[in-house]
Amino acid sequence: MKFTDIVSPFLAWSRAAKKADTIPYPQKSNPGSDRYRGFHRNDLDKCIGCGRCEEICQNLAIGMVQVEDSQPVKGDSGLRPLVDYGRCCWCALCIDVCSTGSLSLSNSYSWTTYNADTCAYIPGTDEKAWDHTPKGYSQDNSILKWAGSPRVSMPAARPDKRVDSFEEVIRGYSPEQAAIEAARCIQCGLCVTACPAHMHIPEYLRAIADGDYAGAVKLFFDNNPLPEMCGKVCTRECESVCAMGYQGEAIAIRWLKRFACEQFESLSDVLAVDEKPLEQGRGKVAIIGTGPAGLSAAYYLSRMGFEAHVFDKDEEGGGVAQHAIPEYRLPAAGYEKQMDVFRKAGAHFHYGTEVNDADILKMSDDYDAVFIAAGLQKSSEFRIPGVELPGVKHAFYFLMNKPEDGSIDVGARVLVIGGGNVAMDTARTCLRLGSEVVISYRRRIVDMPADEEEIEEAMEESIDFRPQTIPIRIEKAGQRLKYFYAEAEMIDDPNGGRPKPVRKDDIEHGIEIDTVFLAIGQSSDLGFLPEVIAEKMTIQWGEIEVDKDQYTGVKNIYAGGDITPGAGDIITAIADGMRAAKAIRDGGNLIVNLK
Amino acid sequence: MNASTDPLKTTHLFFGPQHPGVTGNMSVEMWFDGDEITKAITHVGYLHRGFEKLMERRLWIQNFPLVCRICVPEPDINEECYALAVEKLDGIEVPERARWIRTLVLELARFAVNLMAFGGQAGTIGLGTGAMWGITFRDFVLDLFEELSGARVYHMYIQPGGVRRDLPEGFEKHVLEVLDKIGKRLPEFDRLILNNSVFKDRTVGVGIVKPEWISELGLVGPVARGSGSGRDVRKDAPYEAYGELDFDVVTEQGCDIYSRALIRRREIDLSMDLIRRILESMPGGPVAAPLPNLTEWRIPPGEIYTRVESSRGEYGYYVVSDGSLKPRRVHVRGPSYVHALTLLERMLVGANIADVSNIMVSLTTCPPEIER
Repeated sequence: MKFTDIVSPFLAWSRAAKKADTIPYPQKSNPGSDRYRGFHRNDLDKCIGCGRCEEICQNLAIGMVQVEDSQPVKGDSGLRPLVDYGRCCWCALCIDVCSTGSLSLSNSYSWTTYNADTCAYIPGTDEKAWDHTPKGYSQDNSILKWAGSPRVSMPAARPDKRVDSFEEVIRGYSPEQAAIEAARCIQCGLCVTACPAHMHIPEYLRAIADGDYAGAVKLFFDNNPLPEMCGKVCTRECESVCAMGYQGEAIAIRWLKRFACEQFESLSDVLAVDEKPLEQGRGKVAIIGTGPAGLSAAYYLSRMGFEAHVFDKDEEGGGVAQHAIPEYRLPAAGYEKQMDVFRKAGAHFHYGTEVNDADILKMSDDYDAVFIAAGLQKSSEFRIPGVELPGVKHAFYFLMNKPEDGSIDVGARVLVIGGGNVAMDTARTCLRLGSEVVISYRRRIVDMPADEEEIEEAMEESIDFRPQTIPIRIEKAGQRLKYFYAEAEMIDDPNGGRPKPVRKDDIEHGIEIDTVFLAIGQSSDLGFLPEVIAEKMTIQWGEIEVDKDQYTGVKNIYAGGDITPGAGDIITAIADGMRAAKAIRDGGNLIVNLK
Repeated sequence: MNASTDPLKTTHLFFGPQHPGVTGNMSVEMWFDGDEITKAITHVGYLHRGFEKLMERRLWIQNFPLVCRICVPEPDINEECYALAVEKLDGIEVPERARWIRTLVLELARFAVNLMAFGGQAGTIGLGTGAMWGITFRDFVLDLFEELSGARVYHMYIQPGGVRRDLPEGFEKHVLEVLDKIGKRLPEFDRLILNNSVFKDRTVGVGIVKPEWISELGLVGPVARGSGSGRDVRKDAPYEAYGELDFDVVTEQGCDIYSRALIRRREIDLSMDLIRRILESMPGGPVAAPLPNLTEWRIPPGEIYTRVESSRGEYGYYVVSDGSLKPRRVHVRGPSYVHALTLLERMLVGANIADVSNIMVSLTTCPPEIER
C-alpha cells in the first residue's frame, strides 16, 4: 500500500472551499433550454383541427375535443387538441407533424396544481403561464418535412408542343406515382367538409394507395356519378383546404380521382349498376337537363328505384359541362363511358325534346316530382359601343358549337374580354386554331375567377394577358376591328369588398383585332317555366331560390345546378342533384307517399 | 439436498429488487455460508414494460421515442440501433452531416455514462463522494443534451432518416467548454478513486472475469476489455462515422473490478478525444433524409440485425418487417443478458457478500435489456 493512496483521497476536502456545482433550487432555478420540450402551447388562430397530433401520439395523450369559441367551418373541424399529461411522454412528434405548425412546446417544465383533473387541458384555450413564453421546442418543417411535402408532379404536354393540337394537356399519373401521391394523405377529412358533394376523399385515397382502384371507384359513386369529369375539370374545393397544403402542397385529389377512373374501360362493370336497383317501383321523376345536376339526380333516383326521365333539347345531351369545356381539358371520347353508367343504371333519356311551359305543367301532374336543372343557356349582354359589329361574338356560344373542328374562322388576332374559365377556354381554343390571342380583364390577374391552373397554363402558352384594362369601345377598322381600352388602377373598397378598377388616365389604347369574344358570364333563360309556377317561386337575378333540399317551394318541383344560386361549378351541381334525389326519396314534399 | 442451498448450513437472502445497491429492477437470490456466497440466482420480472411487444403495436415512427426508454443512462444507443435498422430495411440514405452528428451524440452519451459509472463504482463501496461527482459531471453533459435535443434524459433525437434538428448555434463551443471543465476536474476524480487505498483494497483482485469466459459466455464491452479482449463494435464493425475516426481500443489485463473501472476511466479520455475530433471534422449539409407520410409509412418485408457499441458492450436490434405499417418483431439484445444472468451467477459463487453490489456495478447490468 502506497502512502499517497492513503492521503490523496483527502484532497477532495479542498472542494469544500469552492463554489458548488449544484443549483440551490428553489431560490435559483435553471430555465429550460431554447429547444426544451416542456408543456404544450397551441396557436388557435393557426390550428385547423386536422387531428394529426392525435393520430401520431403513441401514448393516446391527445384527444380532439370541441371547444366553445371554435365552430366547425370549411377547412377547420372546430376541434382542438386536449393534452393529458398523465400520458404525454414529451416526444414532440405532435409538434413535428402539426400540419399548420400551430402546436409547440414551451420551455416550462415545472407546474404545481392541487387538482389532478387540470393536468389534462386544451393548450391555447385554457390559459397557462407558459402560453406567451417565446422559447421551447417548435416545428422546423424545413428540416423534417413531416408536416407538408411536395406533391408528385403531374406529367403534362409541353406548352410549346400542346398549342398545336387539341390533345389533352394532362397525361395522367402512372400507378406508381398515384400510389405515392395517395399515400401522402393524412386522413384528416377536412376535404370532405369542403367538397360540396362530401365525397369520401380520405377513404378513396387510401384505396388508391392500396391499389384497390375498383374500391375507390365505388366510393366515388357514393356521392358523385361523374367522377371522371370531376377528375379532370373539378374546381377542387377539397384541395384548397387540404392540411398538407399549409406547409407543403395539397394532395392531388382531383388527379387521383381521374387516375382511378382511367384504370377501367367501363365504370358500369365496376359498379355492377345493371343488376337490379336497390329498390323498385318508387315513382316517376322528370328531370330537365342532362348537365351534371340532371345526371346526378337521374343516377341516384334510378339507383333508389325511381323511374328517372331526363329531357334535353340537345340531340346528344351532356349540358354545358360536356360541350363548353374544350377538348384539351375534357376529351369528348370519355362521354360515352360516362353515359353508359347512367343508361345501365336505368335512367331514361329523351334527347332533342324541348320542354316548354305546357310540358312542365303536365309533368308536375304526371310525375311524382320534377327536377329542373336546365342550367345557364344565355351569354350575358355587354354594353359598350360597337358590340353589335360583326366579328364581335359571345365566347359561350362559340365554345358550345364545337370550335375544335376548325369550322369557325376567328382570324389572325383574337381578343377575349373577361377573366373566367370561359374566357380562358376561348383564348386557349383560339390559340390552338392558330390565332394570336389577347385577354382583356378589368381587374388584376389574382382577381380572375378562372381556375388558377388554367390561368397558369394559358400564360405558359404565351397568351397576351392585359389585366386592369377597361373596355371603352370597339370600332370597325377596314376588314378588322379596333378595340379601345383604358388602363385602370385598383382602388380599395372602403366597405371591405374586393378592390374596384378605376380608370387611371384619359389615354386611350387601341389594338387591331379580327374577332372579339365576350366572356363576361352566362345567365338563365326561364322562358320554359309556366307563369303559375314561376310566380310561386322566388326568382332573383334569373336564378331559382331553393331550400337545403333543393325544393323550390312549389309542390313537387325541385331545382338544382347553375339555375339555382351557388358556386356554379360541376361538383356543386352534382351535389344539388344528389340532394334533390334524397329529398324526393324522403318524400317530404310529395303527395304520393313513397316508402 | 444440495450443499450450496442447505438451510442448515446456509443463510438465504433476497438482495433487491428494492435496494439501492442493485442496478435497477432486478434481484439476486443468494445463499451464503458465513460471508461467502454459495449460490446466486438472478431474478428479473419487475419491470412490467414489454417494450418489444409495444413496438409491434406502434407505427414505425412512433417507436423511436419509445426505444430510448430501454436504457436511462444511455438512451441514444437504442435510438441509433432502431434508426439503423429502419434505414437499412427501407433503403434510406442518411445525410453525411447527420451521421457525424449521431456519432457526436453517441460519444457524448458514452462520456456521460462512463463518468457516472466510474463514480458509481466508488459509490458501491461507500465512497459516496465519487458517486456524487460522477453524477454532477454527467449533469454537465445533460445540459448539452438539453440544448441539443430539448430533453436531458430521453433525447429522442436520433430518428430514422437522420437527426431531428441541426446543432444549435454555439453548440460546438459549449461542448468544448464542458470538456475543458470536466477535463480539469478529472485528476481530482482520479485522486479520489483510483489513487485510493480503500478502493484498491476492495477492487484489485475482486470480481475476476477469467479471459476464457469471454468467448464461452459471449462477454462484451468493458467486461471483456478489462480481461484483455479487444472487442469493440466501433472498431470491429464501424457504424456511422466511426470508420473515419482513428483510435485504439482500450484494454486492460487485470480481469478484476479495478481493471474495469480503469477501462471506464480511460474510455472517458477516449470519448473526450473523439468528441473533439468529431467537432473538428463535422461536415455541412442537411441533417435528415425525407420520410414518407409517417402514418402511411410501410417498410418492405425483410429482417435485419444492427449493432452498436454501448457503454456496456455490443448492443443489437433484430427487426423484422412484414411490409405493414408496424414492425412485425423487434428484438433487443443487450449485453446485460449475459452479464447479469450467466456471468453474475457464476462470479458471485465464492464472493464476499459485501462485494455483491460492487461486482454487479462493475458489470453495469441494466435490467430493461434483459426484460425488454
